[in-house]
Amino acid sequence: MIDIQLKNTALIPQECIDFTASDSVGGSVVFIGTVRNNTKGKPVVRLEFEAYEPMAISEMKKIAEQAQVRWNCEKISIHHRTGSLDIGEIAVVIAVATPHRKAAFEACEYCIDTLKETVPIWKKEIFEDGEVWVAAHP
Amino acid sequence: MKIDILAFGIAKDIIRGQTLQVEIPDGATVGNLKAMLTERFPDFEKLRSLAIAVNTEYRPDDFMLSEKDEVVIIPPVSGG
Repeated sequence: MIDIQLKNTALIPQECIDFTASDSVGGSVVFIGTVRNNTKGKPVVRLEFEAYEPMAISEMKKIAEQAQVRWNCEKISIHHRTGSLDIGEIAVVIAVATPHRKAAFEACEYCIDTLKETVPIWKKEIFEDGEVWVAAHP
Repeated sequence: MKIDILAFGIAKDIIRGQTLQVEIPDGATVGNLKAMLTERFPDFEKLRSLAIAVNTEYRPDDFMLSEKDEVVIIPPVSGG
């Protein structure tokens, strides 16, 4: 089972964890991505996330389906934020549950790595003296 | 034919808006559209990548466009 959500309100990791619970699960791995207060030492004020929503959801679903097949995951939950986020706020939560732990670690890492490459979500870093779309330029 | 294009992220800054209507020949492809956009807005060339989604899927350069397609400029993504 797969649970994909794109939300403009605070993410609650427990919701993802609860979704992945099941009697046949032996381990869950949860990745929580948060807003860091600096980029290469330069203070960040906040981040702004925007998404091409229908495609962001379908691409996250594809990633979860691929992980499910490859690592035999029972349940995967991916929640991602949009909108303006302050330092320390949660931008993404990924919870993966499998019968044995190793697969859960690998599948969770696959999900976040692939999400960063393919899902049409963009973040802008807001500094004291300007703003930058992250990773736009080489 | 006329195609309505939607932009996100830095692509909005480059085209100075969220939407753009372009006139392209019938049978034009994603590759043709990218070439046209890059010629009109040279800043696209400075990006790490430039992709086009049609009807919510990434499409290769040889994909043929139609008038009613939902066409979206996808600059380098940075979620997570």
